[in-house]
Amino acid sequence: MDFTFNEEQYFFQQTLKDFLTDNVTPASIRRRWDSDDGFDQDAWRSLCELGTSATQIPEDCGGLGLRFDDIIMMIQACGQAALPEPLVEHSFIAAPLLAQLHASQPSERVADILAAMASGEAMVLTASMINPYVNFAHSATHVLLQFGDDLHLIDSKDCTLTHVTSVDRSRRLAEVKCQPNGTTCLTNGRLGSELWQATLNRGALANAAQLLGLAETLVQMAVKHASDREQFGKPVGVNQAVKHLLADCAVKIEFAKPVVYRAAYTLAVAPNRADWAVSHAKVSATEAAQLAARHCIQVFGAMGYTWECDVHIWAKRVWALANEWGDVGFHKNRIHEWLVQPKALLGPEFTFGRRNIRDVEHID
Amino acid sequence: MELIYTPQQQDFRMEIRDWLREHVPTDKLASFDTAEGFAAHREWEKTLASGNWGMVTWPEAYGGRGCDLIEWLIFEEEYYRAGAPLRVNQNGIFLLGPTLMEYGTPAQKERFISAMASGQEMWAQGWSEPGAGSDMAAIRCRADRDGDDFIINGQKIWSTRAVFADWVFGLFRSDPSSSRHHGLSFILVPLNAPGVTVRPIPQLNGLPGFAEIFFDDVRVSAENLIGGEGEGWSIAMSTAGFERGLMLRSPARFQQASKKLVELYRERRNDILDLSIEDAVVKCYMDAEAYALSTYQTASRLQQGAKIGPESSCNKIYWSELDIKIHETALSLLGAHAEVEQSDAPDQSVVSAWLDGFLFSQSGPIYAGTNEIQRNIIAERLLGLPRR
Repeated sequence: MDFTFNEEQYFFQQTLKDFLTDNVTPASIRRRWDSDDGFDQDAWRSLCELGTSATQIPEDCGGLGLRFDDIIMMIQACGQAALPEPLVEHSFIAAPLLAQLHASQPSERVADILAAMASGEAMVLTASMINPYVNFAHSATHVLLQFGDDLHLIDSKDCTLTHVTSVDRSRRLAEVKCQPNGTTCLTNGRLGSELWQATLNRGALANAAQLLGLAETLVQMAVKHASDREQFGKPVGVNQAVKHLLADCAVKIEFAKPVVYRAAYTLAVAPNRADWAVSHAKVSATEAAQLAARHCIQVFGAMGYTWECDVHIWAKRVWALANEWGDVGFHKNRIHEWLVQPKALLGPEFTFGRRNIRDVEHID
Repeated sequence: MELIYTPQQQDFRMEIRDWLREHVPTDKLASFDTAEGFAAHREWEKTLASGNWGMVTWPEAYGGRGCDLIEWLIFEEEYYRAGAPLRVNQNGIFLLGPTLMEYGTPAQKERFISAMASGQEMWAQGWSEPGAGSDMAAIRCRADRDGDDFIINGQKIWSTRAVFADWVFGLFRSDPSSSRHHGLSFILVPLNAPGVTVRPIPQLNGLPGFAEIFFDDVRVSAENLIGGEGEGWSIAMSTAGFERGLMLRSPARFQQASKKLVELYRERRNDILDLSIEDAVVKCYMDAEAYALSTYQTASRLQQGAKIGPESSCNKIYWSELDIKIHETALSLLGAHAEVEQSDAPDQSVVSAWLDGFLFSQSGPIYAGTNEIQRNIIAERLLGLPRR
């Protein structure tokens, strides 16, 4: 029993964090807002060169073959920086979906696309039925489309995009329409169903980890502002009313972290038995991030309600990610369905399943 | 990260489970805030000690088993799973014990720890005074040095379990010219010493769980001083750290309560009209599990040499508010029956247990440092907001 990250895992996170701190600033994010495609090609190329796009790709396809718990803090770092580019969607949602397919049903076609994803030559995004829109579909080379239990790989040239405008200007959403057929289909049936179930869980958990990171930055911004801004001759942050707003956020964040990390571990060792852990993570992280957004704006006062103040870069991402890959209602409902099952393993001795997480009995 | 119990840990779990199955009393013991209940709980502590289960993390020389923190969590999980009696000596084993391990002399450990682990001596705590609650540095109760003794004068209040306990530990002002957190000493005082008067204070449930303690020229040997004279504040702070940090309220307590809540909900969910109850039940179960995961994470970190820090103040807020939520939700599920303390109804014991737990949960955000104080600590020491 060891619930800590190792040095290598911290190193991956720190490397990405350092890059994002230097290269993804509020000013550069606002420049993306003013551009047509909202996409910084240089940043994307550098992220791929760092190896981030290769982490979830098997070693025999030119990747690093890391587990989801190895990279969960990298996703958190993307949230901390409010990174606009769809690194999470490409590297941590689409790539593991194809890697999982490749593990059970190897093919040259999938191996090729995985290799192209690792190098950054291909950018692949996922169009799951749970989400009405795909973020940055216009920048993708391919889309992985869910059609019932079918999994299709579709060239983005064959997709029709209908753009919509998100409240979060960093997100570039489009409805994706295309004609799946026998040649685009990678798999279907039971395997397809399993892949999409695991993908929903990865998507929800990836959002949870980003929400955690967003919440952390929001609290840091609020702390800095409350320490600098003076009223009545002293920093506003000396007042308990302000302190307690932020302490409440810290408590929510502290207790969402282990839930997110446990879910990452569960996804790594038992991707199709992770519903409970993932839903718990999505709910906890969403609540923490929504509170952080709300309280951060409050601490900034009128400035927090302006376009000029950078708080909304993070707050709006929270509001967007909160409802993607299943909203809180969807995830609470999954937990509720499980709790009312007579066979659910409840009680203190079952935190990690019967003997370990792999043994958890589930809805299936 | 590997969230799997080793075979040794699984064997350990089964060993506890088997022992508890044989030894846990079938009938619920009376409240330990009654004379009869206190005696019964003291007997249970002796039974636990006879199996070397008094405090598993302590060295074998002191009646423990030298367990690590993960094994301690496993022990707690089995303990609450079995519905074993609450620990009447929690002031001793969870608070004073760890302090003695760190700051006690070999003679003090020898004298006090084994007697604590074996259920021979029960402990009360003496922090608060009429003028020193959240502001504990305002302590005035004096301990004047007189040769090899201290002479204690003054008053302590809100001393949990002091009505029936044998000893009290607490902070006393040993340097009369000092102020605030300087000049305080951590001293152990036998409650049967001449000059000690203990006056019960009924708690919310009408039972004397609290006491005031009056000290009138009470003579205590300086052998009962823990750490150096005047070093009491930092020693007490380490005790407070244990209290809200890890030991006082293990997650199993809330996981067991939330399991019972889910069971109650399953029985009654077809009759409830309040749509928020479903949400509350889900939330309670999730939060109890989150507290468990957080504790496993902290335990893993501590085993790798990390130290417990200001983030421990988050624990205190989290479990105390969770406890209230669990019991409020249960009372909502029980509806109009929830207020009944005593009746001949067949399920009265169920109602009584929830009502009793609900009353007790009201104290959670107050004891061990109010949640408002914890929020200040989080804001200043964890987040770095300015003090003034």
